[in-house]
Amino acid sequence: MMITFLQNFGGQLIFKTWQHLYISGISLFLGVIVAIPLGVLLTRFKKIAGIVIGLASVLQTVPAMALLALMIPLFGIGAKPAIIALFIYSLLPILRNTYLGLEDVNPSVLDAAKGMGMSQLESIRMVELPLAAPVIMAGVRLSGTYVIAWATLASYIGAGGLGDFIFNGLNLYRGDLILGGSIPVIILALVVDYLLGLLEKALTPRVTGDEGGQS
Amino acid sequence: MFLSMSHLNKTYSGNKVAVEDFNLEIEKGEFICFIGTSGSGKTTTMRMINRMLNQTSGTIQIEGQDISKMNPVQLRRRIGYVIQNIGLLPHMTIRDNITLVPRLLKWSEDKRNQRAKEMIEMVELPDSFLDRYPAELSGGQQQRIGVARALAADQDIILMDEAFSALDPVTREMLQDLVKNLQQKSGKTFVFVTHDMDEALKLATRIVVMSHGKMVQVATPEEILRHPANDFVEELIGRDRLIQAKPSITTVGQVMLKTPVAMVSSATLVQALKLMHDRRVDTLLVTDKENHLRGFVDIETLNDNYSPTKQLGDIFNERIFYVNENAVIRDTVDRILKHGYKNVPVVDDDGKLVGIVTRAALVDIVYDALFVDDKLESTGNDDQETTGTTQPSSDSAMSQTAKSAQGQQASAESAGTTTSDETKVGD
Repeated sequence: MMITFLQNFGGQLIFKTWQHLYISGISLFLGVIVAIPLGVLLTRFKKIAGIVIGLASVLQTVPAMALLALMIPLFGIGAKPAIIALFIYSLLPILRNTYLGLEDVNPSVLDAAKGMGMSQLESIRMVELPLAAPVIMAGVRLSGTYVIAWATLASYIGAGGLGDFIFNGLNLYRGDLILGGSIPVIILALVVDYLLGLLEKALTPRVTGDEGGQS
Repeated sequence: MFLSMSHLNKTYSGNKVAVEDFNLEIEKGEFICFIGTSGSGKTTTMRMINRMLNQTSGTIQIEGQDISKMNPVQLRRRIGYVIQNIGLLPHMTIRDNITLVPRLLKWSEDKRNQRAKEMIEMVELPDSFLDRYPAELSGGQQQRIGVARALAADQDIILMDEAFSALDPVTREMLQDLVKNLQQKSGKTFVFVTHDMDEALKLATRIVVMSHGKMVQVATPEEILRHPANDFVEELIGRDRLIQAKPSITTVGQVMLKTPVAMVSSATLVQALKLMHDRRVDTLLVTDKENHLRGFVDIETLNDNYSPTKQLGDIFNERIFYVNENAVIRDTVDRILKHGYKNVPVVDDDGKLVGIVTRAALVDIVYDALFVDDKLESTGNDDQETTGTTQPSSDSAMSQTAKSAQGQQASAESAGTTTSDETKVGD
């Protein structure tokens, strides 16, 4: 059955997977480059940190379908509104983890870094981000998994992706199409999570000379 | 003036005064200790020097330059900073930690690596530690690195905030010695915050006593011990330490006999024997013409090698243990007693013979110390419970002391010397 499915839909599967990956990847990338600097910034302005993180949490609670539908009047249909909606979803885990990760850095270390004569930027670049890297990466992994799962819904507003298989399957009562869409999404999510895990490991600073010694 | 602080005030929001009208002029090469109870403003004052905090009013000048007009980041790179919680960067190797400031100052890598080596040797740790991470070092070792880091960029001023108070007593003492040596060798200026009077007395050239944001007394350790400005200072020192500390500020020069029996090495053995006989001693110290201590000759050696034509210089023993006249008694007594020497010659900084410490003199010192300690312990008991029940215990303490003192005396006498009879109880 799987062979027949691949014979019939193989080319389409590859294309849709690529589309899916493309939408998710761009959304996550945007999420990372916005949420990490924002999270860092929030640690310097703690008074508004609560408000901003609260706002991001509210956005997170908007049902995915509703958010996608809301994008249509603003950005029309296709990949663009989908990417924007998924980008909004990816923000919170990364933002919150960046903020918490930086807040969690030992204050003595920060005091010493400042007292040694590090500027704010040097302290962030050389001390805070490296030490917070595991926590930040955990947020990125979480967002990555979310985004890949929710990118399925993007098919609803004409963005394509593996969601097309699933929705077609639902409309046509064809289990093979539903599975043919779902299984690649699951595999994709697992693979991306695994790859981000490797990245996390690479970014986690060594704190001992032993191999694989990580805190 | 190297570092000058005038009319410093620091007020936190809510009108909480942390430091009030603080004035201090610090010379290059001084070791200043700020001491006080918590909340006395000592750390606040110190942190204003590298602008970790900014004063509400008043000025701080380094070599005549107002630091409030300097870039704080640049200023901090000129000032070493060591904190209680060490604060090594856990994700950097010891090498990178030590050379952090040089790296910020954009030194070349070669120069940094070389400096890391010099620094790790300076704090008496092996080179192999350079590639390790802070988590692999003990607390004491980590703080050595903390000290190395603060000195690595040739900072002229080193600030230390309770740097050793989280360490165990043995490690703490080792680090105190290390820092004191470094400071004396390098001539750098240290400002050291502590709440430990022993530490302040040991390290400081001048102590600044603070209470409730104000300076209470600024004086040398010796002066503080002799003339505490008021009851607060006295209490901070602790009555027991006031007395106990006496041996620690008494130098060998103050207790030695100034008439050692010595002879120049060109003297003949006949002359030597005659001097021994006249002065009734069994050992002669041997010096050169400029009175530099060279060694000693005892009666056995003299007897074995006796020949009218020989000079002292031919037979004397060069392996002699001696102490410097400026050495502090507390450090010296143990060493003398441990080695079991009968008499220990005392030299000045040029190596010239100036006196001798006999075992009899040491007995006096030990005797004083023991008596004073026990006296104080019993006073302490009385303070806690004003009933008469502590009386027997203090009595027994006294009699034990008397016994041990007698023991000392007896052994001293058997060694062929006499002790003075005067007792100095409770002075």
